[in-house]
Order: sequence, then structure tokens, then C-alpha cells
Amino acid sequence: MTALAPPPPAAPEADAPPPPPPGGRRKLTPYWLLLPAILWLLVFFAVPMFFQASTSVQSGSSGEGYELTWHWANYTDAMSEYAEHFGRSIMYAAAATLLCLVIGYPLAYMIAFRAGRWRNVLLVMVIAPFFTSFLIRTLAWKHILSDGGPLVGALDALHLLDVTATLGMTEDDRLLATPLAVICGLTYNFLPFMILPLYSSLERINPALHEAAQDLYAKPATVFRKVTFPLSLPGVVAGTLLTFIPASGDYINAKLLGSPGEQMIGNAIQRQFLNVRDYPTAAAMSFLLMAAILIIVTVYIRRAGTEELV
Amino acid sequence: MRVLTFVRRNLVVIAGTLALGYLLLPNLVVLLYSFNKPVSRYNNTWQEFSTEAWSDPCGAPGICDSVGLSLQIGLLSTLAATALGTLAAFALARHRFRGRAGVNSLIFLPMAMPEVVMAASLGTLFLNMRIEFGFTTILIAHIMFCLSFVVVAVKARLAGMDPKLEEAARDLYAGPLQAFVRVTLPLALPGIAAGAMLSFALSLDDVIITQFNSGPSTITFPMFVWGASLKGVPVQVNVIGSAMFFIAVLLVMAGQLLGNGRARRKS
Repeated sequence: MTALAPPPPAAPEADAPPPPPPGGRRKLTPYWLLLPAILWLLVFFAVPMFFQASTSVQSGSSGEGYELTWHWANYTDAMSEYAEHFGRSIMYAAAATLLCLVIGYPLAYMIAFRAGRWRNVLLVMVIAPFFTSFLIRTLAWKHILSDGGPLVGALDALHLLDVTATLGMTEDDRLLATPLAVICGLTYNFLPFMILPLYSSLERINPALHEAAQDLYAKPATVFRKVTFPLSLPGVVAGTLLTFIPASGDYINAKLLGSPGEQMIGNAIQRQFLNVRDYPTAAAMSFLLMAAILIIVTVYIRRAGTEELV
Repeated sequence: MRVLTFVRRNLVVIAGTLALGYLLLPNLVVLLYSFNKPVSRYNNTWQEFSTEAWSDPCGAPGICDSVGLSLQIGLLSTLAATALGTLAAFALARHRFRGRAGVNSLIFLPMAMPEVVMAASLGTLFLNMRIEFGFTTILIAHIMFCLSFVVVAVKARLAGMDPKLEEAARDLYAGPLQAFVRVTLPLALPGIAAGAMLSFALSLDDVIITQFNSGPSTITFPMFVWGASLKGVPVQVNVIGSAMFFIAVLLVMAGQLLGNGRARRKS
């Protein structure tokens, strides 16, 4: 039986009643252990959702305050006014997730199977960028992608910018303030969230399975397609979710690397909440974003056929 | 021809190394520009090499106060989130009880929600309750989103632990408290440490939730950078970003060496 440690004094739940008498102790222990954490999440995560739900159907103005009038039009207004933002959020997040998978898979594979004694060092290198603040690194991308910078020059010389321009990803021979810049920023920022779950599911694969497949005359590509990739699917599912969900709500990349034409739904929520102080619209948009993500994630998990996630 | 075979054989390693370069390139740029001496307040173009900012990291007004605030909030929220999260993880890993599925989803949900949604809803709560935005609201928010990550980290460690070890301790006449302190806790410690480190890193770097739940006078380091990004980022920001990178890498490496040494001595 685990001992019941008192909750930290900092938490407001510290004045919980003393543990129950020894008789019912075994049965109640998990509840006492859970109490502080669950209370915290209920009060500061679940209850705010209800407040937001009620705010989303209020009407009024930031000067005179808002009142609950069951103003459902907030939702339809947000939908019609910010349809483009929603579309961009989903598209950019999906593109970034796909790119993360394509870029992250070889790296995760290399760390799991080819790194030998460098494995731990490489893992540290994957996590290390995290420690320089997210914002500072995104600002660094602003440098790298800037007009007249070496990257723009090189891509221009290779005529790659013409290719991306015909795809509608860039414009006027520049990278900054284009959809491509925002997608690259999202890809970069959430790449470790893809690599780590991929690595942990690849690492569990017994290398003997590869040898067995090779002994049975499978070509390397076939080994990958029939053995490695299917076994890494849980990592793929977890990684894509961990990338897609935060990317779809992000507004920092669009703000720093995009122009007004690349703003995502997060930017709209942020502006409505912090600048315009139109809380009902911000709340309605948050709920729409949440609903969209829930639907996409549910369909995706059904398709992928893995219920087990974390 | 030989080059082609080499490329074909090592395609994974080449692609992986390129990906690693993509991950580390911005850190390199941040480091490089920390040695710049810009002429205006825009640290955009390379001027000349200078260690001025490194010798005076607090040179930009307000920057060191914001770092101090971030460290303070990071430490306090890590402490609270680790304590609450560890207790919850023990309950979930060691006990079967009614409502377990519900508890699991309540803990999972904050991780599966875009930050901006949580940020706006918590902000709405504080607005409705007329609670003034400031240190306390940031702290509450950070504990809230770090909590789930601690639970997951500790739970993963406990799940891989053999409960027989604790039973063996009890068979050898250790009391429940003694068995916990001498056997279970040391075994769970790597998980608890991982959870604590993760929540410290998350708290230190959080922008979105902090932006929705902070007041005008409580400026954390990311909020300072956000404000600066609108007017021109001082070189000191690059200095502190790079320093944080090196300190963290050194700490992680030291931890690994320590862990390796301990493992070797035991075997």
C-alpha cells in the first residue's frame, strides 16, 4: 500500500479532511491520492469550459459588458466571417503534420537502428532546441527566410521558388510572409513531437524481425513496407496527433512568419480576446475549433484502427 | 558510381542528418546573432563581431526581471504540478477503482486540446470571477497544463515497475511507509524527475496560455520576447536564449553521465 503523502501546502485543497479510518482505507486511498489533481483540473480546466460555453452565446459590447441572451448567431457569424481562417488552420496544420512525418521518420529511424552508441546524444539533440525559447527560435526563422538572405538566393537560383509559386505557396520570389513560411515554421516547431513517439515505437521493434524478413528474400523496401512501418503505426498515430492538434491552434508562426493573408484561427481568437475584447466571438471560435479537431481526430483514430494512444 | 552506392546505402542516415540540421539551424542563428553589434534596435543584419551583449546580459531594460519571473513561476508550478501529478499517477497505476476511465480522460484532455482553447477558456473564468490577471493567474494556468504531463511521465515509469519488489520489501518486514520510501520512491524517481523537467521546460517556454492569463505588470521572459518582437529584439534576448540552450544541454548530459555511472556500478 502506498503511503498517503499530504498535498502540497501551496494548493488550496490542502485543507482536505484527514484520511479515513483504517477500515475503509484501502478502498478510498486512490480517491485521496487523486483529489488534489482532479480538483485542480476540474476547477481550472473543466469549469472554464462551461464558462466559455455560456460566454459563447452572450451578446453585448466590451464597453457595457456582456449578457447571456442565448445568442446562437455568434456561432454562425464566426463561421461565416472566419471560414478562411478555419480552412487555413486545418490545411496548414495538415501540411505541417505530413512534412513532420516525412522529415521526422528518417531521423527517428536513424536514432533507433543506426545510431549505436550515439543514440542518447542524438536524442538530446532532438530535445535540445526546446530549451531556447520557442519564440526566439521562430524569430530566428525570420532571419533565415528573410528577403535577400542566402536561402532565398539559393532557392531562387535553383528556380525552386517558381515551382512553389505555381503551387500558390510563395509569391514574388520571397519566402517570408508566405504560406510556405508558416507551414515550415509549424513543421519546425512541432517536429520533436513527431520524432519522439516515432522513436519510441521504432525502438521497441526487435531487429531480428528485419533479419528474418531479409532471410526470406525481402528487399529493403519490402522489409520497410511489410514489417517496420506497420509495427511503427502506433508511433505514427501518436506523432501525427501530437503535431496536428497544437499546430491547428497555433498563432505564433502565422503572426511572426506570415502576412495578414496567412492568419489562422488562433490569430483570430487571440485578436478577438485580447485586442477587440469581444469575448463571445472568441469563445464561439474556440468551441468551433475544438469541435473541428474532435471530429477530425475521432475519424482519424477510427481509420488508423488504434484505440490505444498514450 | 561509388558515391551513388554510398548514398543509397545510407539514405536514412543522410535524411536523418538533414532533419537534425533543420532542427538545430535556428539555434545556430540565435547563437551567431548573439555576437552581433546592431546599429539600430533591429538585430536583423550582421554588423560586426562583439561580445558586448554577453558581458552585459541584463543590458536591455526589463529583460532580467522577466527571466527572474519566469524562473520563479517555472519552479513553483513545477513543484506543485509534480506533487499533484505524482499522487494522481500512483492512484492510476496502482489502484482499480470506479470512475477510473473518467479520471483518465480528464487528465488526457488538456494534452489533446489546442493551447489557445484552454487559454481563452481559463481567461474567461478569471474575467467572470473578476480575478485580476497577474502572478497568481499565470501560476494557476501553468500548474493546470503541466499536471497532465507529469501524470503521464510518472505513470509510464510506474507501469514498467514490478510490484513484486514492493511486496518483497513487505515480506522482509518493511512497514508500508518504509517500503514506499526505500523501494517504491527511488524506483519511481526517474519518472518523477522526467515529469518535473518536462513541466519546468513547458512552463518556462509557454507563450499562448500566459498571454491570455497575465497582467500588464507580470511579464515573463517569453512575453518579453513577444513584446520585443513587435519593436525590435535586443541582442540580449539571443544571449539568454543561447545560454539557456547550453545550460540545459549540459544539465541533460551531466544527468546522463551520472545515470550511466550509476548503472555501471550496479551491474
